[in-house]
Amino acid sequence: MLEVRNVRKSFGSLVAVDDVSFAVEPGKLTGLLGPNGAGKTTTVSMIAGLARPEKGSVLVSGKALSGDTDPLKRKIGLVPQDLALYDELSARDNLRYFGALYGLSGQALERAMHAALTLVGLADRAGDRVKTFSGGMKRRLNLAAGLLHDPEILLLDEPTVGVDPQSRNAIFDNLEELKRRGKALLYTTHYMEEVERLADRIVIIDHGKVVADDTLAGLYAGVTPGGAKSLESVFLTLTGRSLRD
Amino acid sequence: MALTAFLAMVRKDLRLFLSDRRAVIVAFAVPIFIGAFIGAITGGSTREGRPKVNVALADQDGGAVSQAIVDGARADDNLNVTVTSEADARDRVEKGAIAVGVIIPRGFGDGSTRALREQGGTRPELAIVYDPSRTIEVGLVQGVMTQHIMQAVARAAGVPRQQLPFGVSTAALTAKNAPYAGYNSYAHSFAGMGIQFLLFSALNLGIEMLVERERGLWSRLRSAPISRFTIVGGKIASMTIISLMTLLVSFGFAMIAFKVRIAGSLAGFLAVSIACSMMAAGFGLLIAALGNSPKTARGVSTLASLVMVMLGGAWVPTFVFPKWMQQVTLVVPVRWAVDGLDATTWRGLGLSSAVMPTVILLAFAALFTAISLARFRWEEA
Repeated sequence: MLEVRNVRKSFGSLVAVDDVSFAVEPGKLTGLLGPNGAGKTTTVSMIAGLARPEKGSVLVSGKALSGDTDPLKRKIGLVPQDLALYDELSARDNLRYFGALYGLSGQALERAMHAALTLVGLADRAGDRVKTFSGGMKRRLNLAAGLLHDPEILLLDEPTVGVDPQSRNAIFDNLEELKRRGKALLYTTHYMEEVERLADRIVIIDHGKVVADDTLAGLYAGVTPGGAKSLESVFLTLTGRSLRD
Repeated sequence: MALTAFLAMVRKDLRLFLSDRRAVIVAFAVPIFIGAFIGAITGGSTREGRPKVNVALADQDGGAVSQAIVDGARADDNLNVTVTSEADARDRVEKGAIAVGVIIPRGFGDGSTRALREQGGTRPELAIVYDPSRTIEVGLVQGVMTQHIMQAVARAAGVPRQQLPFGVSTAALTAKNAPYAGYNSYAHSFAGMGIQFLLFSALNLGIEMLVERERGLWSRLRSAPISRFTIVGGKIASMTIISLMTLLVSFGFAMIAFKVRIAGSLAGFLAVSIACSMMAAGFGLLIAALGNSPKTARGVSTLASLVMVMLGGAWVPTFVFPKWMQQVTLVVPVRWAVDGLDATTWRGLGLSSAVMPTVILLAFAALFTAISLARFRWEEA
């Protein structure tokens, strides 16, 4: 579904991403982990079409993504780390705008909005301004905005930052449902337990390079044989304990 | 799909603008308030009569000649005379309540009549006191008083009335065949304030783009399959519409409340207004392209806007500027907008007077947009 092939991106003398490759399959969730500054966000940006790789390519259904108006971008949905919503507009007006960016209009847009709001449990608050929402509700609406055009691939950049356990659990349920619907999910986070719970495959990036790409069981077996069975210990073994900020 | 996205972007910006009460007040109410204030203090409408100079006149002489002088001054179209005591006249001028005080001293009538008959001897002195911040009025008052004194004294001295060997006719000149033409300071002040706040509206929209970038909204926009042309076009369209609304609401109010009229070409007025709004949109885009953060961009762009409106003659007409400054301000887009709106409103000029301002404002719009596109950070990482 999604294949990242040998991509590289640098900013001046800083190589942010170097020869990164991995794949995300339909109905699977791939966790993308890495310390701060490892290159996760730059990688997600290249997949979403926000930045152009200097080398390598991003393949969607086997075709290389190219240009701002490439129709393949319709197959990708982005859920940014920031709450990318207009507080002064209602949930419905936010979604109406984001849907129109993908060419949705009329009945198709209304149906898409209803489906997305129902999935995240906000259908009854559709007419309320976003500024009246709690942090968890905004996170769920942020997810709904990325789903509106029914993408086959969903890029989730730390989608549970700052939410309470109830909203986090609701988001996890949404993601499980999306997996069941056959969506390919790429999930970046700093919360190891989330990846342990959700991910079918885990990619760990450090200093712009992939240092591990395996299932959770594979990482346990390969990185810490006979050692502690936690993703955090695997992560620290691979990326070290030195501070990155 | 591009049209759907384009329309959605414009609709969203309009909704956001109208949902922000502070932005709406700043865009609509504040320019009306300031425009009305500046219009009132700079003369009002000439159709309501020429403004008069307020004069406090103290007659210490009390004779027939001085009474004739007072009567003449009171009847003069240029003066608004209050007869009072010397102390009160001086007090009013000292406090800035009145521009000029005229004191006719005791014995002035007899002394001046004698001096005229004998063509020599001691001449009595008329005292004129004035507010040093209002020197223009004192010259006018001196001239008008001289005329009335000469008439009264000549009559008292039995000297035949002196006739000037020429007549003078004055006429406030605006375009022919424009029945509503005539200087109305509200037309100028509302044009100036409309343009100033139109720039502020565009500036706010430019800063809003920086906020969108900070909040991840730009990432969401750029991840959609939309061309850069559509994104920039949508932003320019929404900025132009909001800027134009700001200007037209101000003018609409001035037309209703202060009898401002588009005495010249309506098409020319609209052309200048639209071109000015597009120039403002380009300015807003420039802020979004060059600004690093909303906070720093707001300070710099507000200063740039104020300098533009000040040099462009939006606060005071450019004819009061020194000659060299009048030439320099030709490179300021606001100057052309103000001139264009003045031409098509109170000057009552035709479409041709709007052509040059419109073309130059559109050129500025194109220049600002081109620089913005060259400097815009399209990539997010």
